[in-house]
Amino acid sequence: MTTKTARRRAVLDIDRDHALHLLHEMLRIRRFEEKCAELYTALKIRGFVHLYDGEEACAVGVMQALEPGDAVVATYRDHGQALARGVPMNRIMAEMYGKQEGCSRGRGGSMHLFDAKTRFYGGNAIVACGLPLAVGLALADKRLGRRQVTCCFHGDGAVAEGAFHETMNLAVLWQVPALFVCENNLYAMGTALRYSHAETNLAKKAAVYGLPAEVVDGMDVLAVEAAAQKAVAAIRAGKGPYFLELRTYRFRAHSMFDAELYRSKEEVEEWKKRDPITTFARYLQEHEVIGPADVEELEHRVAAEVDEAVAFAEAGTWEPVEDLTRFVYSEGVRA
Amino acid sequence: MRTNGGTQMLETTYRETVRAAIREAILKDSRVFLMGEDVGRYGGAFGVTKGLLEELGPEKILDTPLSELGFTGAGIGAALGGMRPIVEIMTVNFSLLAADQILNNAATYLHMSGGLFNVPLVIRMATGAGRQLAAQHAHCLEGWYAHIAGIKVVTPAVLEDARGMLWTALEDPDPVIIFENPTLYNMKGQLAADAGAVDIHKARVRRAGSDVTIITYSASLFKALDAATTLAQEGIEAEVIDLRTLRPLDDDTYLTSIAKTHRAVVVDEGWRSGSISAEISARIMEKAFYELDVPVERICSVEVPMPYPRHLEEAALPQATTIVQTVKRMVHHDG
Amino acid sequence: MAEFRMPSLGADMESAALVGWRVKPGDHVQRGDVIADVEADKGTFEVQIFEDGIIDQLVVQPSDTRIPVGTVLALLRAEGEPAAQPAERAPSRVERLAPEEARPVEQPVPVQPQVVPVERRLKVSPLARKVAAELGIDLNTVQGTGLHGAIERADVERAAEARKLAAKAALPPAEKAPPLAEKPPAAVVEEKAPPLTAEKAAPSALKTKSAEQQAAMRRAIAAAMSRANREIPHYYLQTHIDMSRALAWLEAENLKRSIKQRLLPAVLLIKAVARALGDVPELNGYWIDDHLEMQEAIHIAFAISLRQGGLITPAIHDADLKSLDELMETLHDLIARTRSGGLRSSELTDGTITVTNLGDMGVETVYGVIYPPQVALVGFGKVTEQTWVENGMIGVRPVITATLAGDHRASDGHRGGQFLDALNRHLQEVEKL
Repeated sequence: MTTKTARRRAVLDIDRDHALHLLHEMLRIRRFEEKCAELYTALKIRGFVHLYDGEEACAVGVMQALEPGDAVVATYRDHGQALARGVPMNRIMAEMYGKQEGCSRGRGGSMHLFDAKTRFYGGNAIVACGLPLAVGLALADKRLGRRQVTCCFHGDGAVAEGAFHETMNLAVLWQVPALFVCENNLYAMGTALRYSHAETNLAKKAAVYGLPAEVVDGMDVLAVEAAAQKAVAAIRAGKGPYFLELRTYRFRAHSMFDAELYRSKEEVEEWKKRDPITTFARYLQEHEVIGPADVEELEHRVAAEVDEAVAFAEAGTWEPVEDLTRFVYSEGVRA
Repeated sequence: MRTNGGTQMLETTYRETVRAAIREAILKDSRVFLMGEDVGRYGGAFGVTKGLLEELGPEKILDTPLSELGFTGAGIGAALGGMRPIVEIMTVNFSLLAADQILNNAATYLHMSGGLFNVPLVIRMATGAGRQLAAQHAHCLEGWYAHIAGIKVVTPAVLEDARGMLWTALEDPDPVIIFENPTLYNMKGQLAADAGAVDIHKARVRRAGSDVTIITYSASLFKALDAATTLAQEGIEAEVIDLRTLRPLDDDTYLTSIAKTHRAVVVDEGWRSGSISAEISARIMEKAFYELDVPVERICSVEVPMPYPRHLEEAALPQATTIVQTVKRMVHHDG
Repeated sequence: MAEFRMPSLGADMESAALVGWRVKPGDHVQRGDVIADVEADKGTFEVQIFEDGIIDQLVVQPSDTRIPVGTVLALLRAEGEPAAQPAERAPSRVERLAPEEARPVEQPVPVQPQVVPVERRLKVSPLARKVAAELGIDLNTVQGTGLHGAIERADVERAAEARKLAAKAALPPAEKAPPLAEKPPAAVVEEKAPPLTAEKAAPSALKTKSAEQQAAMRRAIAAAMSRANREIPHYYLQTHIDMSRALAWLEAENLKRSIKQRLLPAVLLIKAVARALGDVPELNGYWIDDHLEMQEAIHIAFAISLRQGGLITPAIHDADLKSLDELMETLHDLIARTRSGGLRSSELTDGTITVTNLGDMGVETVYGVIYPPQVALVGFGKVTEQTWVENGMIGVRPVITATLAGDHRASDGHRGGQFLDALNRHLQEVEKL
């Protein structure tokens, strides 16, 4: 392994408010995911649900570098990105329930969260299928003279797909303003990295196509934020696409119904020691940026927000069956 | 040039009209651009875009690498991002590499997002057999694509449609796939100099008759018209219907015709089983059962991978002679 | 007291076995703690509890048994809450949200394909059937020239044009009518205009028909009738029947019935004809080529007038086997479907004899034309008050005139007379019908 893994213990001046913001954002995701697990076991949420526990630093860190006009493309493990991007929690929860008050009108479910206001383009469930979309979105920004960035989240599994390689090539060829964020959590569903990649250094694979590619500690929110800021600045300056490999870990199974036969409990416990939330909170407290009361206050706020989201979803309504065939084609236009 | 009662008529070819349509669209709307393999420097695999790169520049006529999945997805992304791309997939045979993007993204985004994101994309593809290009270059899969809810499928056969369907497709807020049969590219004919946009949702009666309704699309139209001429010499007047669009299908036109002729034959270059002709036959049975004097006939490609030698290829494809024989068997006593 | 239930862990998880508890009664648990292990198809899963509290009772003990999602596994009490009485509780079944336990799905047993005896079905195109129904053409007697010998519209039209055509049909104009062929296709005319009667309903010209089309139609009708008359040697017999007993019985019967169920005299006539045919079966058959084929079943074709003019004669199947009420019901149904155009082809083609009752048109005597291949036609006029002599006494009785038109090739006047005699007898004992 020749890559310099820059384990960036951020040398940022940490503003207290900003630190609390980062912690709050990560906590929102964690508690939301926990609630989803609970609701799934109680049959309120159905289908496939892929939880983000352990990866919060990735979504939260990257989002700090994006502006409201930027676009985000995500995978089926999209709750973290959607929350961090600013899609309202109650609309996401309602979507999980399948209620029409959900962000995708209940039609998408967990894997297909969409939001126009925050330019959140899913929620894409075919591995790697969002990558070419991101190229196109970024191309449109460039052609239409908008100083916007498209941020495309994908996983280590996607790097094996042909779409990844075609995308890297097109992105660099056309010099599109896109940020590719690979959340490498070491497993593509149940298959470890070493069983699916001849070359396990993913950043190296991207770099070959001619774009800057860095490896970042995905459990360190400050490191992720710093890397993202640098990358996005370069993109906005017209230097073309950028690739970040965030090394992270998911504490829960791939999806709800996964017995995790493919990894040991010990490994999970080891990684849990690097929990991005607890390590960050401890770091901040050690450096007296925040105190325990702050954490408690955040937890209360988050708990209240989660409860309110659940109440919103519970009170939500079902889309009438008569509307089933709407939105196959745009309305107001002859089919 | 000739005048025809005041309307100036041009002698032109199908290829030239498609080129004219692309050119006009790009000049008229700055959001429109064409991308595909060999569309620029090569002048188009079938010569359709010859000269356009020189005239319109590389931003409007974009040569792509061999990445059907990648650039089709990029086209979807660009459409989502506010442009009006025309993605040219060299032939339907290669479109299978992009099928995931077409079905899982282009066709689904509007519905999955609960109406938030429509995909105003146009894809043009060459399709069909007849030039001894053998099994991997001879597919006729319009019927397959017409199976997909969420996209539109059109098949221009006559010059007017080759010229006019593109603009309407570009204005459509939903994905439209335009299928062009290369055996028609050299077809010469007269077209009004001011020929403009045409609808993409109705079929047309190309020849009026009272004894049998021949329903067809694309290159088979001309075989049907030839057959009709032959049949007329024997006193059998065939009404020939050009479907023009396979999704949505214009039932009214052919049902009205069958109410008059009471006999129907569908000519479809796709493989017979599960083809669009099967769909049409089913609809005729459902909606015009009591009008039928004989069972609905279907003339399709023989279900073999397309062989190379000419005599076998001709035997595999629908031919005018087959149409004549079939109709005579159906009518067998004149009126 | 809160219930801890078997959780759903996946879209296809319906049940799991409880492998073991990680807690015991009295243990304090917190939200997120793993308190049990369960085994489902995919493997063993840790199960979390999502509440704080104290384990009160472990309701289900570990075993190999698969427990449905939603089953209560344990009870949890809050701090300070008193312990529950240990109860003999069977694990409560599924709450409203739990999915049903997977039942073994019965696998379909392969069925031996039955050899279906080949029926002689008539091949008729849907269009031809429709047109035949409209024109009142008997499909059994139409020669099919279509694919596989099927009957197509043109064949039906040819048959119709060779005979008198029903006024209702949307007939093609005269130019399409083929000339009357030398070899007649054995078509049956279902509509007839008895030459001696005042046309009971003047064929009101369909508003859409042009005068030219009307003229063509009448020409065709004339030709068809002429042919029937030409080819079938008709003989005519007539008798007067005293209807007093029959009508009196009918009146009494109808008092017992609601209006809807009342019997019309027509059903007495039909049933009596059916009975009489039992006595003289040669009148219930078909003249095919050069011989009579007597029919076992008695299907009486009953003439019904069409609003737009013309008659149609759908068959009442097995008239002899139906009760009077059944005949009445059938008649109502046929009339309704005739008017709405919903007759079945078998009804138009199966008649073995025709009965025409023109009584309500004010006609006293009917001299009809037989519908080939039938060999007889029974006509009834209206019931009129007549002087009647019986046992030397003169009285006034309601009398109906019944006529028989017979095909002299199939029967003679002697048998015809016996038929009318039988008819009379049956109408004198209508309670036995």
